[in-house]
Amino acid sequence: MKNKYSIFSLIKNALSGHENWQRAWRDPEPKKEYDAIIIGGGGHGLATAYYLSKKHKMTNIAVVEKGWIGGGNTGRNTTIIRSNYLWDASAGLYDHALKIWEGLSQELNYNVMFSQRGVMNLAHNLQDVRDLKRRTHANRLNGIDAVWLNTEEVKKFCPIINTSQNIRYPVLGGTLQRRAGTARHDAVAWGYARGADEMGVDIIQNCEVKGIKRNGNTVEGIETTKGFIKTKKIGVVAAGHSSVIANMAGIRLPLESKPLQALVSEPVKPIIDTVVMSNAVHAYVSQSDKGELVIGAGTDSYVSYTQKGSHNIVEETLRAILELYPIFSRMKMLRQWGGIVDICPDASPIISKTQVKGLYFNCGWGTGGFKATPGSGDLFAHTIANDEPHKLNAAFNLNRFVSGDLVDEHGAAAVAH
Amino acid sequence: MFIINCPYCGERDQTEFSCGGEAHIERPKQPTELSDDQWAEYLFMRKNIKGIQFERWNHIHGCRKWFNVVRDTSNDKIHAVYKIGERPPIK
Repeated sequence: MKNKYSIFSLIKNALSGHENWQRAWRDPEPKKEYDAIIIGGGGHGLATAYYLSKKHKMTNIAVVEKGWIGGGNTGRNTTIIRSNYLWDASAGLYDHALKIWEGLSQELNYNVMFSQRGVMNLAHNLQDVRDLKRRTHANRLNGIDAVWLNTEEVKKFCPIINTSQNIRYPVLGGTLQRRAGTARHDAVAWGYARGADEMGVDIIQNCEVKGIKRNGNTVEGIETTKGFIKTKKIGVVAAGHSSVIANMAGIRLPLESKPLQALVSEPVKPIIDTVVMSNAVHAYVSQSDKGELVIGAGTDSYVSYTQKGSHNIVEETLRAILELYPIFSRMKMLRQWGGIVDICPDASPIISKTQVKGLYFNCGWGTGGFKATPGSGDLFAHTIANDEPHKLNAAFNLNRFVSGDLVDEHGAAAVAH
Repeated sequence: MFIINCPYCGERDQTEFSCGGEAHIERPKQPTELSDDQWAEYLFMRKNIKGIQFERWNHIHGCRKWFNVVRDTSNDKIHAVYKIGERPPIK
């Protein structure tokens, strides 16, 4: 049983020099067999394990992770959470996640620092204005809060934006989702890990999957660097490496993996109290609680697993940032990094069964998976436990690339693919 | 970020090129006879290899010609460059 985190536990542990905190999760060796195995110990994978044990009472399960938990894209994203997607299927999926975010810290007894500071999406040309207004209407029909702001309202909401009409891509307005915001991404992984561990889930780190054993059309287990582990159900949540795992299982996916970059500046006093995204000029920025500007750049145009990304991508993003926020012109950037994102042709994820019995994939989140972490875990757990998708992820099946029922979210995905 | 040796222009920075994705995906000879599965395979399914990948590139800010590149996607090292229509120099 985990000790409850509270103001009292904080005081108690502060008085004893913070040396007696209970371990947040164990570090077990893998058992010979599990009822289900989740491949990938990022936010989505840990959330899947958490909901499998909590809602579906499957406690004999393991999460295997080749590095350390939260060391992949969960710790590399720009922590933005929103649900203002265009189509009904996406609105259902992302708003399901947003609703879970709203109570997540309490549920996990772990402060994920969810901050509903609002997300603003800017329009820079007439087509942007039409598209974003349309998306605002679509959001409201789906019960998602969204408002259109004209240029003056944008300036009022975020005064440091350059709204001069004399810049290359002037701000013609924008949309605002006030329930949107940010969360501390590491805390999300750690909170779910702690919660899953408490219910008996084995989180096995430094354990790389080397092969998937199939008997005909059924999975039998996984080969790992820590030996063979038997199981009847495998949930793959491997983000950029999904195609590598799919290849081991002998199935094909419609994914391309590309580096996506982000960077942070030196910490400064509070200057921007919301998240501002601009699809057209490709610049998005928010400020972390430490005071760093968190800036998201774009993807490289080619497949790569290098976790680096090109300099010209960073240059393009910073150029756009400087035109929109001249006040940042003398800021120094501290760190830059890349993560490998798996991109679907329709910029929507896959949360699906496959043609192999007992093999499930949760992938294709591309450049925007963090926001969906709780919802993705919940729906993927449902899919694995029942061998059937939940109605909220039914549209995000693998078969849509055969049937043609694509969920085109290139407009709402914000990072141009 | 790397240097590509264009078979027509020589070594240039990667930013001069645009990537056309996986190479050697053959256009269906009889499109009207394709099943939905075969269309999905042709249009969407990709190898997305971590390792040696064959891909198409276009020298978009140069000679504008298409050609093929053999690149290791795990470290972005280019192993060979060859023209469209030629056989890959590496298996």
